[in-house]
Parts: sequence; structure tokens; C-alpha cells
Amino acid sequence: MSLTIEEVSHIANLARLELSEDELNRFRGQLSTILDYFQQLESLDTAMVPPTASVSAGQTPLRTDQTRSGLSLSELLHNAPESDERLFRVPPIFE
Amino acid sequence: MPNLTSLSISELIPALRRGEFSSRELTEAYLERIDILEPKLKAFITLSPDLALEQADAADKKLADLRRSGGPQQSEPETGQLIELPALLGIPVAIKDVLATKGVRTTAGSRILENFEPPYHATAVQRLITAGAVILGKTNTDEFAMGSSTENSGYQTTHNPWEYTRVPGGSSGGSAAVVAARMAPLALGTDTGGSVRQPASFCGVTGLKPTYGRVSRYGLIAYGSSLDVVGALGRSVEDVAAVFNLIAGHDPKDATSAQYPTPEIQLDKHATLKNLRVGVPAEYFESGIQPEVESVVHEAVTHLETLGAEIQEIHLPHTKYAVPVYYLIAPAEASANLARFDGVRYGPRAEADTMWDVFRKTRGEKFGREVKRRIMLGTYALSAGYYDAYYGKAQKVRTLIRRDFEAAFEKVDLLAAPVAPTTAFKIGGHSGNPLSMYLEDIFTLPANLAGVPGLAFPVGFDSEGLPIGMQLMGPHFQENLLLMAAHAYQQVTDWHKREPALDI
Repeated sequence: MSLTIEEVSHIANLARLELSEDELNRFRGQLSTILDYFQQLESLDTAMVPPTASVSAGQTPLRTDQTRSGLSLSELLHNAPESDERLFRVPPIFE
Repeated sequence: MPNLTSLSISELIPALRRGEFSSRELTEAYLERIDILEPKLKAFITLSPDLALEQADAADKKLADLRRSGGPQQSEPETGQLIELPALLGIPVAIKDVLATKGVRTTAGSRILENFEPPYHATAVQRLITAGAVILGKTNTDEFAMGSSTENSGYQTTHNPWEYTRVPGGSSGGSAAVVAARMAPLALGTDTGGSVRQPASFCGVTGLKPTYGRVSRYGLIAYGSSLDVVGALGRSVEDVAAVFNLIAGHDPKDATSAQYPTPEIQLDKHATLKNLRVGVPAEYFESGIQPEVESVVHEAVTHLETLGAEIQEIHLPHTKYAVPVYYLIAPAEASANLARFDGVRYGPRAEADTMWDVFRKTRGEKFGREVKRRIMLGTYALSAGYYDAYYGKAQKVRTLIRRDFEAAFEKVDLLAAPVAPTTAFKIGGHSGNPLSMYLEDIFTLPANLAGVPGLAFPVGFDSEGLPIGMQLMGPHFQENLLLMAAHAYQQVTDWHKREPALDI
């Protein structure tokens, strides 16, 4: 199972990762090897087996829809690389 | 004054209450020891001496108040129990750097969180603080807990205190090294694929991975949400049980936190293992295991037998599929969990003109190689056209692995097995070959996939003097069985009392 550079590029784009030419090539090789290794799962008959999405014992807990206080604005903005007093400042999304 | 850093928790608690020494003196002794050992071992990413001394002084004040009022050394007249004080009052601890500590830098071992200061404590951390613990610092970890050696940390590789050229294991390698080198009596770690048990084994300390859902994940920087568990490392089962009692229990802030009751673990000094059925899974001893690891673990199992346990061979036929299943599920979950690191709300931000480029460049520059590799794997496994063949398939095989355990626990109470196929490997030993590193996890991954608890503790050494650990695994919520059995073993053996020779 060999991935093409285009496929690796596409995945990197989905994951919003900027990769160098070098990294793209290295990942292409490594991911192909790892995906090959996963092929052994094919040999297992899982047609009648339900998936395990969670090993949690209980059901989804609910609470009443009541507002509660959370963190303050200053706490929330404390780690921001760029902000003004109320907002995270970012470059434009649209051209 | 005894050598304070050599005292166990059960020795420290009464001594602090009686005022034999103060929490400040104890904390300073640990900070001094850290000063001497840290340049070589590199187990901490961030030290918090000011906070630690502040907490120590507060503990000392509480202890003094109680002594003045005739307190801590007094017993309740009817029960003879010591008057209740916060259980870890004045005791220093170390916290793995994936757990949020309010106001103390928390990096998850990544440069993408280089200067992140959480605005809140993780629940597990808060519970230790409420119990009076003193926070010495944040321990080194593979980046976002992805790794088995700390070599993937964005900051440094921790060195195994037993042998400097070798890894301490991972991802909780910093925590394991700290406990082994007596730089703290206790440490919190996390275990998603073996990250408490494997470093405990490599460093000759005791490490517990509780049942999934036992300990709140609130404030744990998420890697694999259906796999992550907060655990504890210490010098003995007794110490680890003390921490477990404090951190376990439902937390409404974690929707996956179990409502299952958490009775306090009481360890009996005179427990026998009579009537305990222990299963030894054949698949964990197949080829590839270091011969000395195999023989030492077999000896330890025989020891359990002399303590009264009934040993039988059992089968967990889907064991070998744990590696591909885990390395599909965990990266898939990680690709979602790590999407939040984008340079917008926290962490450094790369220079760029558009929002999309900010995301791409920040992540491309600040994530390490292994993290990027797993994000890529996970993204691929979840992508359109591939979901069923990869992620969907892995989830079904996960069911088969879980069923193996369920079937086993109809026949036996516990499982005993090696923790890793080898002892601590050399730093750089797996470089350039990620798959060979993944195969190291074969014995620890199944417990995470099934959600069952696992307890690793030292059972011997190889011919190079490197520690060998064994793990016990049990049914969901049966940590008490694991702790009881391992405690009985530690009453008649002294592997857990051995310390690495360090230049002090």
C-alpha cells in the first residue's frame, strides 16, 4: 500500500499541517509502511461484531440547562498571542 | 535528622504530624536533591519551588495549629483513629506535564504550548492540593503523551536513573525517573497505551493505570479520549494506593467519569492470596521477549503461587492485533483532539497573512515529528473513503480484544504478565523506525483498549542491572484486587526498595 505524494499532501492539508518537501517524502515512506502493517486486520472476520466506541461504563450524564459562571475574560485572554480587551485578534479568514 | 528524601509516605505522615521536621524542611530537602540530579537526569520541564515552599509553609501552619490544639497525635476516644487531617498534608509530589496546574506552565511536552499557563487545575491535581500536597514541578513527557521513551518531548530526553544512556520509558518517563531517583515520593502520570506501566517497569517503580473513567480527565490535555487514564507512580503499592484513594471518583466536569462507587483501598499487611485465581496469558510470552524478562516474570508468578494464588494458563487470542488497532484509534482521536492547537487562543503563533496559513505554519513549525506523523495517520484513517476500512475496522477489532478479557475474567480473577518485551532500551535505539517503537507497546496496549486497570511493579533485574516489571490486570473497577495482590508480594520481596546508585 503505497501512498502518493499527492495523497500525503492532501492529508497534510486536511490536518492543516505545513510540511516541507523533505517531510512529505519521509512521511510518505513511513505512513505507507505503517498502513501496510495494518493490513493484517483484514484477516479478521468482524462482520457481526459491533464497534467499541467507548469503554465508558455509564450513559451520557445530563444537567439542567442553567447558566453558570465560567472563567473571566482576562483569564481566557491570558495566553492569547494577540488580543484586545475582549477578543482574540487574528488575520482575515476571507480574502 | 534522618535523610528526609529516603522516608516513605507512611513514615513521613506521622513524623510531620509530630513535628519531627517541617514540610518546609522536607520540601527543601527534595528541592536540593533535584538541584543536584536534574542537570543529568532532566526529568522536569518546569520546577515550581516558590509555589512548593508556599504550600509547604501553609501545611506547616495547619500542622502547628493542630498540635497547639492538642491535635494530630491525639486519637478519637472511641475508635483510636488519628484525628483527620488532609491525607497528604505537607507531602511533595510531581505532576506529569500533560495535567493542568493553575498558574504553572503546562506544555504537554510540546513547543506549541511553550508558555501556556492554565487558568485552572486538573481535577486530579486539585484533589491532591486539597489533600495538602506540595507541587514540586511538572515532569517531562513525550509530546502530547505520544511515545514510549520521552525522546519525543519537545524539550529534552529524560535519562534512566539506573543507567544514564538508556531511556526511562514513556510517556510518563519524567514521573517514573523522579520517583526512582527519589526526587519526589509520588508522581502523577497518564496511561493511554502503557505510559504509566512501561516507565514504571523501566525505572523499577510501582505504577497504577486505573480503570478508564475512574479518575477524572478534566484538565488532562487530551490525546486519545477513549483511552487516556490518569495514574500514579510511587515507590510502593502502599504509596500508589494512597494517591489512588485521593484522585479516584466521579467528577461531574468529566462526562466520561464513572459513577461507580470508589471505596477506600485498605491494604492488609497479612493478606494471603489463597483462592485468588491468576491467569498467565500465553500470547504475552511468545517470541520477541527478552529471555531474562520472561524468566524473571515467571519467577514472580511462582512467588504469587507460594503466597497461595492458583495459577493457570489462559489465552487472549487477539493480543497481537492490539498494535494496529491502537495505532489506528489513538491517532484518529488525537487528530481531532489536537485540532485546537492553531495559534489563535494560546501558544505561539507563526507569522502569516491569512488565517489558514496561521494554522498551517504554527502547527507545521511547532508540532514535533511523531505528533505530526500520528495526526497524519489519524486524519487518513478517518478520511472519506477510508473510514470503514481503517478506523471502523479497528473499532470492531477493539471489541474482540475487550471480549478476550471478559472471557478470561470468567475463569480467573487477575492476569499476570510482563509489562514490556525488553528492559530499558538505549536512547536513540529506535530512531528512524517508528514502527519498531510501536511494537514495544504490545503488552500494555490491550488494557487501554479494553479499559481495564493495570498495575506494574518491580520483580527483578536483568544481568545489566536494569529493572524488570510485571503487571497485574483485572476486571473493570477491581483496582483493589490488583493492589492487594501486589502489596502481598511486596511484603515478602524487596525489589521495590532498591534504588539506583546516583552521585550525590
